[in-house]
Amino acid sequence: MRTTRALFAQGILSTLPFLMMVGPFGVLFGVLGTEAGLPIGQVLAFSAVIVAGAAQFTALSLMEDSAPAIICILTALAVNLRMAMYSATLAPFLGKAPFWQKAFMAYGLFDLNFLMADAKFREEIAWTAPQRAAYFSGTAIVIIIIWIAATYVGTLLGQALPDWLALDFALPLSFIAMVAPGLRTIPHVVGAAASVVFALLLAFLPFGLGLLCAAVIAIVLAAETERRLS
Amino acid sequence: MNYTDTTIWAIIAAIGVGSWAMRYSFMGLLGGRDLPGWVLRHLRYTAVGIIPGLVAPIVLFPAATDGMIDPTRLVAALVTLGVGIATRKIFPAIIAGALALALGLSI
Repeated sequence: MRTTRALFAQGILSTLPFLMMVGPFGVLFGVLGTEAGLPIGQVLAFSAVIVAGAAQFTALSLMEDSAPAIICILTALAVNLRMAMYSATLAPFLGKAPFWQKAFMAYGLFDLNFLMADAKFREEIAWTAPQRAAYFSGTAIVIIIIWIAATYVGTLLGQALPDWLALDFALPLSFIAMVAPGLRTIPHVVGAAASVVFALLLAFLPFGLGLLCAAVIAIVLAAETERRLS
Repeated sequence: MNYTDTTIWAIIAAIGVGSWAMRYSFMGLLGGRDLPGWVLRHLRYTAVGIIPGLVAPIVLFPAATDGMIDPTRLVAALVTLGVGIATRKIFPAIIAGALALALGLSI
């Protein structure tokens, strides 16, 4: 039986290679935040308090347009609504952890470690609740530190950053790479295809709600496909 | 940008607290309770239901090219997808996609 300490270390180690992807995205936020005229302290606070790329970029671009504060807040939160779905998905695996640990894991719940944990927990069905929580805490701590550190690097670089680095594309590529190996059954393929099609069709909806509706449709279609096939 | 310092801090705090609450929500409130089979069946597809839809507009209409379709990014995304499906491994897929992107951007 592996100790929780060993699984915490495994969580840290298995997240490290993804720094190549999360790092550039954080750097990009630091660059854009500084360009938008925010002082370094506030750019860093964005990354340290919110810890969510898409929501931060959304809030920042609305703030650049001087949108009302309440609109910035509600739109960024709508973009982050998918985190509630991640929370529900991980609940059966992590729900038994003590409050303080769940509070910490919630703080460090990212798309990236959600994808890692979702795949890992289904593979390692023998892991106990404390083992899963230890693994996830390991992934979370790495992401939080790197996210803030990368943002700081971005504030220092500012406009010195050349376009050809294509920083915008590192994270999307890694998301594709993380989902692709999971497209191993018909329901998974149906879900992925529906997600793409409906996200594009519903892109006109405000506040990023198109993605959310597309996700619900895709999940229901995938689950229904599984039910009919079994 | 046209806000007082206090407003900016309030925006950061509100988004931070709200995001944390959403992340904590089900994990915290459901505890270790067993969920019915049909719920678990749906939750198996959360990742595959969200991520492709999150990525698709970024791939097709990248902000870096002002929303115009960019063949380089499109090809890099398809290479990543193809290698990921073929090898069932994450890192070969990322490396192949990054190479395709670097190659495309350099020509």
